[in-house]
Amino acid sequence: MKDITLGQYFPGNSSIHRLDPRTKLLGMIAYIVLVFIVDHIAVFLIPAVFVAAVTLLSGVPVSYLLKSLKPIRFLLVFMFILNLFMVKSGETLWAWRFLVITEGGVKQAVYISLRLILLLSGTSLMTLTTTPIALTDALEKLLHPLGRLGFPAHELAMMMTIALRFIPTLIEEADKIMKAQMARGADFESGNVFKRAKSMVPVLVPLFISAFRRADELAMAMESRCYHGGDGRTRMHVLRFQKADALAAAVFVLMTAGIILLQMFAV
Amino acid sequence: MPIVVEKLKHSYMEGSSLAHDALRDIDLTVHDGEFLGLIGHTGSGKSTFVQHLNGLLQPTSGTVTVDGFNMADKKQRVQGRRLVGMVFQYPEYQLFEETVQRDVAYGVKNMGMGEKEALERADEAMALVGLDPVKFRDKSPFELSGGEKRRAALAGIIVMRPKYLVLDEPMAGLDPLGRHAILDTIDSLRETLGCAVVMVSHSMDDMADRAERIAVLAKGRLIRVGTTAEVFGDAKTLIDNGLDVPQVSRLALMLRERGVDVPSTIFDMDEMELALLRLLGKGGEKQ
Repeated sequence: MKDITLGQYFPGNSSIHRLDPRTKLLGMIAYIVLVFIVDHIAVFLIPAVFVAAVTLLSGVPVSYLLKSLKPIRFLLVFMFILNLFMVKSGETLWAWRFLVITEGGVKQAVYISLRLILLLSGTSLMTLTTTPIALTDALEKLLHPLGRLGFPAHELAMMMTIALRFIPTLIEEADKIMKAQMARGADFESGNVFKRAKSMVPVLVPLFISAFRRADELAMAMESRCYHGGDGRTRMHVLRFQKADALAAAVFVLMTAGIILLQMFAV
Repeated sequence: MPIVVEKLKHSYMEGSSLAHDALRDIDLTVHDGEFLGLIGHTGSGKSTFVQHLNGLLQPTSGTVTVDGFNMADKKQRVQGRRLVGMVFQYPEYQLFEETVQRDVAYGVKNMGMGEKEALERADEAMALVGLDPVKFRDKSPFELSGGEKRRAALAGIIVMRPKYLVLDEPMAGLDPLGRHAILDTIDSLRETLGCAVVMVSHSMDDMADRAERIAVLAKGRLIRVGTTAEVFGDAKTLIDNGLDVPQVSRLALMLRERGVDVPSTIFDMDEMELALLRLLGKGGEKQ
């Protein structure tokens, strides 16, 4: 139970780690859009070089990045095959009975796979170099202007922070309760699905009760320290854009311009 | 037959950079029917150790045998576990059923006992821990008081009639009255069921009062095992390891430091009274 890792933050102190989380969050959104704009095999080089450069700068081992690609390997193969046979445009390259591969199909299959790989490795790089807490901070700050429209940005961020904070606690608690019930002869491992689901009741009931108790205690503790929402609240770590953030923004502007220009002239 | 622990070693997160040994080279035997106290500083490995006694944790190396059943073997573990009742810290957090009676019966039902017989056994266990079955049988475990909840949880373990009862800080968070009630219950359980008791506690006075033998853990090693008089008689070792001693032992130590000749092995209030009276009688001036 305790082996579950949360998020996938790779601790470090590289220039990428030190970037303002807002920069990274906005950068990730821009990057996703860019990856979808790219529609030419040569232009794919730009986001690919970008990901490689950021990986190098961040000091995150390539094996970590590959690990994040592992869960989508079946999706990748499936999408490739589907596009290869289903898209029918341009010259026919190969045909056997009802199976036809066209030039457009090959192109589409390759593009989709490249997009998926770039998408996942790019977004993984962000979560690998940013702590979940920093991310919620950034989210709160970015959504703050929406507060005027009644959007509860601070509350949302606080809820996310608390949820993240308590996941390990709940895992530990579940572990303890499971052990206590195992000492009373509970068996969580044998039997069919229904029997196993039923055997979890003696764990889930106490777990829920303690989660509610904890929530209650936390609310009380926050209230007794005069928590009253986000209005007028100051922070210990104030997010400030640095030179590096300006540099990162410049890189993104250049990359966007490059991709749009190349798309226009290369196609 | 006893519980025999041999060369027990337990490492957490083995193989990673965070690996550390919670227990090392533990050799200990729990004899039939005895009251063994287990003391040690926070983080000394007490809780890890007691979980080995009924196979909830597996040794990194070494063996734990309960009445001949090797707890590392999956089949033998099931048999061995039935002999060892394990009461965790704050056991009331494991209550889940709709009624106290059904919750207490959970353990014996898992052992394959029929509904009717299991509920009868539950009533019996409730009576043993001092919860009147007629009054509490149909109550929800969640409407009981803190002390009653703990009793109900304790009943949920002893309903299985364990030969060894392992308790991890059973009195934590209870008031002095509740503490004594639990200790008295444990004593009466030993009498009626004849089970051995292994109890982890931070209260040296409770230990001095009840335990027959005491084992001392420090930094994952067993640094002392002996009769209560032996262990508390050597108050210095305990204090050097950041542990408390019973108040009477502390008094004896302080008196000896000031040149009053009381025996160092005293840890019991009545004995101390006798020793002091004897000393005063000999001197006689202070009367």
